[in-house]
Amino acid sequence: MRELRVKVKTETGLHARTASLLVNAVSKFKSSITVEKEGQKANLKSLLGLLSLGVLQNDEIVIRASGKDEKEVIEALVDCGKTHDLW
Amino acid sequence: MYKGVPASPGIAMGKALVLPKKHRIVKRRIIQDPETEKKRFLEAVEEAKGRIESIMLPSGESAQEVTLEILEAHQLILEDPELINAVTSQIGNEKINAEFALEATLNFYIDLLAKSDSPYMRERITDIRDVGNHVLDFLLGEETFRGSMIKEECIIVSTELTPSDTAQLPPDRVLGFITELGGPTSHAAIIARSMEIPAVVGLADITNAVRNDDYLIVDGEHGAVFLNPDSETIQEYRIIQEDKARQRRELIRIKDSPAQTKDGSRIKLLANVGEPWELAKAVEYGAEGIGLFRTEYLFMNRESLPSEEEQYQSYKEALERMDGNEVVIRTLDIGGDKKLPYLSLGDEMNPFLGYRAIRLCLKERELFRTQLRALYRASPHGNLKIMFPMISNLDEYRDARSLAREVKSELIKEGHIVREDVPVGIMVEIPSTAIISDLFAKEVDFFSIGTNDLIQYTLAVDRMNEQVSSLYDPFHPAVLRLIKMVIDHARKEGIPCSMCGEMAGDPRFTQILIGFGLNSFSMSPSSLLRVKKTLFGLDLENSRSLAKKILELPTSSDIKDCLMIEE
Repeated sequence: MRELRVKVKTETGLHARTASLLVNAVSKFKSSITVEKEGQKANLKSLLGLLSLGVLQNDEIVIRASGKDEKEVIEALVDCGKTHDLW
Repeated sequence: MYKGVPASPGIAMGKALVLPKKHRIVKRRIIQDPETEKKRFLEAVEEAKGRIESIMLPSGESAQEVTLEILEAHQLILEDPELINAVTSQIGNEKINAEFALEATLNFYIDLLAKSDSPYMRERITDIRDVGNHVLDFLLGEETFRGSMIKEECIIVSTELTPSDTAQLPPDRVLGFITELGGPTSHAAIIARSMEIPAVVGLADITNAVRNDDYLIVDGEHGAVFLNPDSETIQEYRIIQEDKARQRRELIRIKDSPAQTKDGSRIKLLANVGEPWELAKAVEYGAEGIGLFRTEYLFMNRESLPSEEEQYQSYKEALERMDGNEVVIRTLDIGGDKKLPYLSLGDEMNPFLGYRAIRLCLKERELFRTQLRALYRASPHGNLKIMFPMISNLDEYRDARSLAREVKSELIKEGHIVREDVPVGIMVEIPSTAIISDLFAKEVDFFSIGTNDLIQYTLAVDRMNEQVSSLYDPFHPAVLRLIKMVIDHARKEGIPCSMCGEMAGDPRFTQILIGFGLNSFSMSPSSLLRVKKTLFGLDLENSRSLAKKILELPTSSDIKDCLMIEE
């Protein structure tokens, strides 16, 4: 299992567009991927799940990937974060 | 006649097309074969995806950028593994029908979102409903609305219009629409105004009253709808409609001519806008800038405060849209008569004399600071002026101004680029401020006279109260004298003075006002051309002597008589 711990920088948090970006970034991977905010967990491949966490600016989230391609998942997320200035 | 909420002005006459109902009652059924049921659900999801794709593709120019983004999110929801899993496992575990499992799952997410603090949640709920409806359509095999169903010109009658519906409306065939749900700021109303088609919303039970091919008249200005009216009414409205079309054609011809009087005095004509879509209207009708950009729309119809970033984007877009012409943005003007779920404002005996506008902003300083930060950050993108509403004494202005300065230097320290020279002015709408406008003129950068409130406060009349609304009288000598005084004081100190209340857009006052020395008027975009046409027929010198005479008259009926004579 690999973990990515980040603080969300976007002013509107992870709402429709930014949430869609993340979901799109990971949907092709085989690993199971969860996102956690303050003890609440959701599936990062699920837009509805991510939206219902209600991640706002300055919230800390922990993303965990486990599976064969977990390394690639984390790399893809780091990339996505950098490109779109998410954290 | 049916009376609803006016949502988009104009008159539409034609045959009704009643859209199928969206709010279906989904019943729980026990099914025998969960595997077939799951398959049925997955097929419906695929069909719904196909439909959304077909909505996104062909409409081309009619679909706005925003709508496309919404539809893309809809597709992601349909591909959501959690959603699919939750529905299929409910079908398998509880042996229930797909429709009910879908409803239950959607409601679960809707409840979660409704509880969240995030400002975007309300809109996301509509999206989930919209997506759910597509799938339900296919599960139930019911006929639903499709743009291609509209073969001829018609008036759409519907419970409500969702983003998917409006994206499919062929603008050349939809004459107008009426809905049961929604207020003047609902999605349907906003789309109607941007498409410039008449609309009335909030008509309870209208979909049951109207049948396909019934003849309808929609009066979007008054919120009236006539169902199968007699030939006299039809004739009457046809005349009004033709009249309006003719006037519009005449006016549109003068849109690019400069606004000036017969004797060549230039007068600045600006627009009041309450929502970003009106900026296009302002430009279309030849506004030389925005004299009043209301910011309330950013704060209404949502669950939490708009962020600095969101506000910054809106202000920046407005400034860029006006391309270097002045844009006077008014800071939040809200109070007890408008409810914001995230600000507990409480009920007040006299909301118009209460905790509102600048009074609220000076107490809720974080809210105010956020708005000021967004404004200054947007300042390099155009010609911004900042205006404070409801100022009643100089301390309030000084306090607000020093907060603005603080915010400005804070932003500079953080490395933001801001304009140093953003003018900061006030609305003159409270009599106390008008009376000491000589003192204000030494400190503020500009005035804008807000006549609606100035009249109501000067005459102590609530114009929403039918018993006394006849006392709300812009021709009252006290009102006219106050206005003259404010204009004089501004001129004496050499600061710009504009007017952004309804009087500015009312051609009956144009002559007196230029006679008082007013040279900048701000009004709703639709009034611009009418006022410009009025200016063409006026002579400044004559107007001055008329204004002088008017100021000596004792009653408003004397003043009206005098104006009639001059006309």
